[in-house]
Amino acid sequence: MFSRREFLMAATATSALLGSGMAGSWSRLMAQQSLTEDQLLAIEPTGQLTLIHITDIHAQLKPLYFREPSINLGIGDVNGKPPHVTGADFLKLYNIQPGTPDAYALTSEDFVSLARTYGKMGGMDRVATVIKRIRAERGADNCLLLDGGDTWQGSYTSNVTRGEDMITVMNALEPDAMTGHWEFTYGTDRVQEVIDNLPFSFLGSNIYDNEWDEPAFEAWKMFERGGAKVAVIGQAFPYTPIANPRWMIPGWSFGIREEDIAKHVAEARDEGAEVVVLLSHNGFDVDRKLASRVDGIDVVLTGHTHDALPEPVIVNDTLVIASGSNGKFVSRVDLDIRDGKVAGYAYRLIPIFSDVISPDADMASLIDEVRAPYEADLARVLGKTENLLYRRGNFNGTFDDLICQALLEERDAQIALSPGFRWGTSLLPGQDITFEDLHNACAMTYPAAYRSTMTGQMLKDILEDVGDNLFNKDPYYQQGGDMVRVGGMGYTIDPDKDIGERISGMTLLATGEAIDPAKDYVVTGWASVNEATEGPPIDEVVESYLLKNPVVKLPDNQSVKLAG
Amino acid sequence: MIITRRQMFGLTAGAAAVLAFNPQLSFAAPDETEAAIKAFTGGATPTEGTVSLDTPEIAENGNTVPVGVSVDSPMTADNFVESVLILADGNPNPAVATFHFTAMSGAADAKTRIRLAKTQNVIAVAKMNDGSTFIDRKEVKVTIGGCGG
Repeated sequence: MFSRREFLMAATATSALLGSGMAGSWSRLMAQQSLTEDQLLAIEPTGQLTLIHITDIHAQLKPLYFREPSINLGIGDVNGKPPHVTGADFLKLYNIQPGTPDAYALTSEDFVSLARTYGKMGGMDRVATVIKRIRAERGADNCLLLDGGDTWQGSYTSNVTRGEDMITVMNALEPDAMTGHWEFTYGTDRVQEVIDNLPFSFLGSNIYDNEWDEPAFEAWKMFERGGAKVAVIGQAFPYTPIANPRWMIPGWSFGIREEDIAKHVAEARDEGAEVVVLLSHNGFDVDRKLASRVDGIDVVLTGHTHDALPEPVIVNDTLVIASGSNGKFVSRVDLDIRDGKVAGYAYRLIPIFSDVISPDADMASLIDEVRAPYEADLARVLGKTENLLYRRGNFNGTFDDLICQALLEERDAQIALSPGFRWGTSLLPGQDITFEDLHNACAMTYPAAYRSTMTGQMLKDILEDVGDNLFNKDPYYQQGGDMVRVGGMGYTIDPDKDIGERISGMTLLATGEAIDPAKDYVVTGWASVNEATEGPPIDEVVESYLLKNPVVKLPDNQSVKLAG
Repeated sequence: MIITRRQMFGLTAGAAAVLAFNPQLSFAAPDETEAAIKAFTGGATPTEGTVSLDTPEIAENGNTVPVGVSVDSPMTADNFVESVLILADGNPNPAVATFHFTAMSGAADAKTRIRLAKTQNVIAVAKMNDGSTFIDRKEVKVTIGGCGG
């Protein structure tokens, strides 16, 4: 790890190396860069209450690379609005200079060279430092730490311990409440067992008992912080039993249930709440719509869609805060409460530059402790990549292409399907691919890689269905993930069209022939939501492929074309 | 390894399987739904509002979709809801249920679970004791599922 001083030197050195090949303006800015922990945490302290938000950590305990999307389309009313602004447009919108630390943290622009300059982000020991500093500055009694969920899943260690490593680490941070999504993929019994022992509340206003259609979870909780009554309503991912296996949580029903949120807002106000917070895993567009329809929410701490926005989006007097993913950011929201209501705010999306923010020693040793039994496995090198490997974006990323290629060859199929998850870390050109890196892209409780036949029509139906989950004009019908990734087949998509009309030009890449709706194709894939799906786990499939093909070289995917 | 398409396909909703794998199954024509509404209202076009449906935006299981209906009415001897018709316009047979009430019912609320063969509108039509009729309509999506997150 770099010290701060070394970090500054590294930045300077890199800019010198890049030399005349780069646009002069930003290499000079880079050379002037000298980040400090104090600068990263800087905010004009405001009011008496501070909300600290972290979400979608996906079990990433250690610093990592995570490339933000280069394509993140918004449909209908939200076209061109954050978070559907990427790359250079994002930099322009938020007045961020290219090549700066913020540009690196928030966009995909020049990702590889900036990653080499500014290093990895995240790490729960650095997150701990930031949270402790905020609590020390503001007073712990004036702070609420809220975890938006997708915390217990996404790494090898979380998967083998069924979330225990993350639960141990998060408990040490002492959150005040959390909600969830992938947590539920550990099944009813495990979730229930963990929640029964959590030293804080797991809130889920929208989780109902299936049998009696009654609320199954604590919906909201009142806290007294900063001398004010603060109500926190929890909202789990509404489509958990659809996007993930329903059979793992047969007794629970979810849904958006906005009328329930409105009811809880009213209850909270009746009980004297001066501030109402929605701790949500709805996804950004769903929360933006919800905030426009449900009055009386002061702050929505949104999650699920992994967006990181440096400013709140304000809807119907509600601050919608998007805090990114993978431990790359911690949000600090200061609220000024006067006459029983929010009168002002200050916001800082704190980027966790792991080479700038010093690790908290206690947390660092706790992380080492939970990882110790698995370290030998985690460090095992499976291969090497010559190009950037990443997943995030609406369509195939290079890590998806690696998985699809492995599926096609190892399962001897014509077409591969791989889920459009938004989690999964990035690897820079020249990096080893370790066992840990691979599992960061596929650690889950239903990893079976099936092999079967499907007609061309069924393949089209699947693409149309997933396309509509992503691009439906009404956010309440969106499920959040990205488009299903495809190997061995190309297609054209027009996101603005309706279901049934978005997908065209489906082509079998091996032969260049058009996909015939009536013909059968051998298809492989993983992460089926159906019970009793058979096949080897996806990580074994990719590991076996890497054993035979240890050097990965994948150009950016050209087989998905955007129309319209 | 041999698995059936149905198992592997990732169909969350069994009802969607009906759509995907029995294309010969015939679905209700829109006329059939309109005819059922007219028969219920005595030919009148029902007014929007007063009756409201509570349905999920996306069904978790197309085989058993919870549907709630409530009608804003004082439910007095002079002013009450007589009946509420529930229709699903994309099912082979659009008729789902008719709930009957009297002033003694106290409230015109009902809940049931219905099967939806595919993405379609669920429709509730309420008839008051004075013969006036009201309608609400909600689209419920039946999806293949998976791949989110």
